[in-house]
Amino acid sequence: MRGARDVGMLTPQLLYLLRQATMETLWMVGLSTLIAVPCGLPLGVLLVCTEPGGILENRIIYPVLSGIVNVGRSIPFIILMVAIIPFTRLLVGTSIGTTAAVVPLAVAAIPFVARIVESSLKEIGHGVIEAAQAMGATPWQIICKVLIPEALPALVLGTTITTINLVGYSAMAGAIGGGGLGDLAIRYGYQRFRTDVMLMTVAELVLMVQGIQMLGDWLARKLDHK
Amino acid sequence: MASGEIFGIIGLSGAGKSTLVRCINMLERPQSGKIIVDGVDITALSGRELRLARRQIGMIFQHFNLLSSRTAFGNVAFPLEIMGMPRREIKSRVTELLRLVGLEDRASAYPAQLSGGQKQRVGIARALASNPKVLLSDEATSALDPTTTHSILRLLKDINRSLGLTIMLITHEMGVIKEICDRVAVIHNGRIVEVGTVLDIFSHPRSSTAKAFTRDILNLDIPDALWKNNKGLNGKLLRISFIGESAARPVISSVVKKFQVDANILYGKLDYVQDTPFGTLIVAISGDAPHVEGAIEHMTSLGLRVEMLEAPPAAGENGKAAEKCGVGEAG
Ligand SMILES: Nc1ncnc2c1ncn2[C@@H]1O[C@H](COP(=O)(O)OP(=O)(O)OP(=O)(O)O)[C@@H](O)[C@H]1O
Ligand SMILES: [Mg+2]
Repeated sequence: MRGARDVGMLTPQLLYLLRQATMETLWMVGLSTLIAVPCGLPLGVLLVCTEPGGILENRIIYPVLSGIVNVGRSIPFIILMVAIIPFTRLLVGTSIGTTAAVVPLAVAAIPFVARIVESSLKEIGHGVIEAAQAMGATPWQIICKVLIPEALPALVLGTTITTINLVGYSAMAGAIGGGGLGDLAIRYGYQRFRTDVMLMTVAELVLMVQGIQMLGDWLARKLDHK
Repeated sequence: MASGEIFGIIGLSGAGKSTLVRCINMLERPQSGKIIVDGVDITALSGRELRLARRQIGMIFQHFNLLSSRTAFGNVAFPLEIMGMPRREIKSRVTELLRLVGLEDRASAYPAQLSGGQKQRVGIARALASNPKVLLSDEATSALDPTTTHSILRLLKDINRSLGLTIMLITHEMGVIKEICDRVAVIHNGRIVEVGTVLDIFSHPRSSTAKAFTRDILNLDIPDALWKNNKGLNGKLLRISFIGESAARPVISSVVKKFQVDANILYGKLDYVQDTPFGTLIVAISGDAPHVEGAIEHMTSLGLRVEMLEAPPAAGENGKAAEKCGVGEAG
């Protein structure tokens, strides 16, 4: 255990490390969210539209897509991260570092986003979709003008959940050379017995999650006219 | 269905009313048969043609089905956006439609901020946006209170008159049919069992469903109390239906004068269906059999509908003759 004197002495360095690790985490989480949401959204929409009773019901696309999404979601993140190293290298040239960690994070989040989008869109009353069909809307118009706008508050909340999950995953990615708060916690807090660093990173992560949740809640409330 | 009429469809729950109306805009595909809207068989249309045809058919719903993410204005603009109308034109058209339904001051309200009646008005404005030839209404007033129902029905009637719009109105409330429909079809177990003018169905219901509905609204069941209080009811019990001008004539008093019979009015009701008086009396007629026969024939010849009623078993005995009560007059 460290005394209060040590902490005081190392504060500037500690703060520097913390700030850097926070930036790295925000970068990993932010970039992977920015990739996963636009990729997962169309998949989720496709799932809803092609499912039995959907506006583009399809007995081949739906089960195949649903199966792929399930497989993607059932692979533990730590295994996925290692398994796709060749793919990561292909994309960013290296498998180590913050940017390289974004690849497995995004890949893991895409099927998750697809399911979240699917369940958000399913909440929309069937009557509203039917009304649009009765007015002569094309499936594409229904997607753009009915499904997505009507589900927007739920989609925002779903994105919030995804982002918070990615904060957790990013800490794991950090453990195998990805940098960020997880990396800091392992290298200083665990391997060098720096309980103070450990506590600081945990506090930092808690704050980050709180902030994301509050932002998501606020935005969803603003968009919700129900 | 004729162009420009308000056509009612009535039937019990599960009779197939919604299914029928949903076939008309192909929300549901019929297994057999054709659906001709404005001379076009819409069962034969391809996806694109069908979408164009659907613009000719407006629809309003029991639960309004408005987009919660759009204001009243945005909801009415929706079908116009789908048609690809330019923004400027949309604005003036939506304003005009909201004025038509009396909601010009609520344009920026979201559905959650509107009352049920106001939501249905937005629904009507939205259905009219594409200038349809037909308006389908599936239980559009079933979620509304009687006063609001009345105002929505008035609005539909006004629109029918001013725009010459054909309206197909589905309901399980005979009151709605009575209030605004010209003709009505009675549907039972997926089949149309009776079609006719509203007056026809009210005055001469043939199917059991139609009978049940008209009895409901006119409440022509003889109250139990009546049987109980008239244990020794004398003479023949008749149900006499008056339609149109014959309702205005003093038929009963003339029958009493002309034939040597007594008439005891036990129960009666006069109502208006489509501005035509329509009434029913339940009368006990007593006297010598030939006179009673003559009286019945006379009334029938005057265009009245006379039915003999059976007393329920409990009140069947004709023990001692009851003393005669006063003679009533119709009209
Ligand atoms: N012509 C038909 N042939 C075969 N099945 C039918 C037909 N019409 C209706 N049905 C079936 O009957 C069921 C009830 O029909 P529907 O929902 O149209 O009833 P409804 O009259 O609208 O009842 P409610 O008053 O409860 O709304 C549906 O499952 C429908 O598939
Ligand atoms: Mg129905």
